[in-house]
Amino acid sequence: MEVLERNKKQIVKARKLTVNPLESEAIYIFREVVAQFEKPVLLFSGGKDSITLVRLAQKAFYPGKIPFPLLHIDTGHNFPETIEFRDRLVKELGVELIVRNVQDSIDQGKVMEETGRYASRNSLQTTTLLDALEEFKFDAAIGGARRDEEKARAKERIFSVRDDFGQWDEKNQRPELFDHLNGKIDLGQNVRVFPISNWTELDVWSYIEKENIEIPSIYFAHKRKTFVRDGMIWSAEDNVVFRDKDELVEERLVRFRTVGDMSCTAAVLSDAITIDKVVAEIRESTISERGARIDDKRSEAAMEKRKQQGYF
Amino acid sequence: MEVLKIATAGSVDDGKSTLIGRILYDTKSLTTDKLEAIETRSKANGFDYLDFSLATDGLVAEREQGITIDVAHIYFSTKRKSYIIADTPGHIEYTRNMVTGASTSQASIILVDARKGVIEQTYRHFFINNLLRVKDVIVAINKMDLVDFSEKKFNAIKVDFEKLIAKSEYKEQHVTFIPVSALQGDNVVDASENTPWYKGQTLLEHLEELDAQDLYEKSEARFPVQTVIRPKQAEFHDFRGYAGKLYGGDLSVGDEVTVLPSLTTSKVKEIFFFDQKFETAGRGSSCTITLEDDVNVSRGDMIVKSSEKPRVEKQLTAKICWMDSKNLIPGTNYLVQSGSSRVLAKIKSISGIIATDFSGEDKEANTLSLNEIGEVQIQLSKPLAVDSYKENKASGSFILIDPQTNNTAGVGFIAP
Repeated sequence: MEVLERNKKQIVKARKLTVNPLESEAIYIFREVVAQFEKPVLLFSGGKDSITLVRLAQKAFYPGKIPFPLLHIDTGHNFPETIEFRDRLVKELGVELIVRNVQDSIDQGKVMEETGRYASRNSLQTTTLLDALEEFKFDAAIGGARRDEEKARAKERIFSVRDDFGQWDEKNQRPELFDHLNGKIDLGQNVRVFPISNWTELDVWSYIEKENIEIPSIYFAHKRKTFVRDGMIWSAEDNVVFRDKDELVEERLVRFRTVGDMSCTAAVLSDAITIDKVVAEIRESTISERGARIDDKRSEAAMEKRKQQGYF
Repeated sequence: MEVLKIATAGSVDDGKSTLIGRILYDTKSLTTDKLEAIETRSKANGFDYLDFSLATDGLVAEREQGITIDVAHIYFSTKRKSYIIADTPGHIEYTRNMVTGASTSQASIILVDARKGVIEQTYRHFFINNLLRVKDVIVAINKMDLVDFSEKKFNAIKVDFEKLIAKSEYKEQHVTFIPVSALQGDNVVDASENTPWYKGQTLLEHLEELDAQDLYEKSEARFPVQTVIRPKQAEFHDFRGYAGKLYGGDLSVGDEVTVLPSLTTSKVKEIFFFDQKFETAGRGSSCTITLEDDVNVSRGDMIVKSSEKPRVEKQLTAKICWMDSKNLIPGTNYLVQSGSSRVLAKIKSISGIIATDFSGEDKEANTLSLNEIGEVQIQLSKPLAVDSYKENKASGSFILIDPQTNNTAGVGFIAP
């Protein structure tokens, strides 16, 4: 019995915390945010990146609760699966969820609905986001943007200072050295914080797999009414996208690689119904994740321009 | 998987962005859509080759001018490792961005144009890598195609560079020379037939073998407390956890520890990572620890093993790389931030500007201007637990924040 007890102790002794450098970095960043800012908020879209952020935040403050609310800028064109997932997650975690609607910004006459066959509410989000940050006096908005997503995002700092118009001054960013994150800002300014800056799409998926994190069902292959435009597969299930008569609706087996606004997120053909199959598919893919984001194709500098205006 | 962080350095037009684009292309890390975008744009610009710098120069202003202004972080992976490359600018006015990229990197690639050889910017880049104690430096002698892949040229540049190494302070730094053509892909990922005289590894082969784990060279445990976790829930009613990241060493349950700067002592009771308890935390881990005694610990304090105490000082002597357009002058106040500690400080004096050409001819000066490096004496308003930069990169470095503009105005490396 004594021998057994000793063996058990040795087993416990061997339990050394080994490091996933990306996870450790993200947790460090979360803790800096909470320590350095008065009123942080986590921008939550219900997509895989913000879901990963939520798990990392949980880890950073355990056994305490996540010490800031989640903010969802709802374009009104979300996939219903995402909204259902969002509400369930928030309930489980017992965190506060704030929702602000792009529709309200439209109704207030602050932004104008786009027209035409490429009309999207994606860029309209910026105004609603900036208004929400001002309304609640949030001084740090944590987002799931990654530098590998897009070439303008590759230029982003982890603590990215925005002026009181929400603008990103890409040519005059603060140097960021070692782990010494400078969160000092003037009243009215805010900081966008990107804890998973250094993660790649595959890192996120591998993490979701390893941690067994639940994600909305649209990330997995399902049958969906779709049509093809410009070589991309668009969802035809909701009346969000104006469809030409010759754009035929067909049922296809698809999944989504990113979960943005329905009006600008294309699906990919896939039969991946489990997380390991999704990871395998991403590993083999020859198209980048943003290749399925229709609004990024508007011009070579689409993302940079949106970021200058306060997009996250 | 291991993550190796690399920074590039080199003068304008030495081909840094092209080299990275080439690595991405040859390792098949560029997706079809990104490659198509590069093809379209290269054609539109009138090139008959693929301009790989378009893969990394992400800002409109960069593509307009064909230069890199700010650091871009580029990702790729092989079967062995994940890589993060900080593609940094070469222009002297963007030195601060180069330091930004190099500060978190374990390896650095310095590009030298084979036609021009070692020039002033090369001195500067090597000096910064030396000052930052970047463990592995790869000197990629680029544009070998423009010098007929001449072994003589390569060797002459190597000999010149070795003179710098002989004068450098960080003798343990490992420097490797590789002849490459980023544009054509010689010795970048695949070995070149054009350099039969070169028996070494290609750039990627070399990177694959570098040690990615060694972030902190000396292993004394440093645990700066970022925030105190007090859940106040029934289950964890009396829980008081100190959250932080462990820089260097190991920390185990039962270790006798000292809290700095107060010098209070206690023992490590538990180590948490999320909902699991561990016996030991290794360096680099972001964890939460509890102590046996109910001591007063708050953000900015540092927990260390009682047998491995750092210095606790109110005066610092440090090399400063100045990054602000407003000059550093004695008598002014700045905030010194090292990890989670931030204290008000006064610049007492400047000993001089350090020559970055290894000539040893330091200039006497009473100010430091943008991109200059100098030795500075600083008076702190409160004591700070520090190491020399040589001993621990995290507790041996700090940033200076201008309390009026909130800008990160400089970075300091604490003297031994």
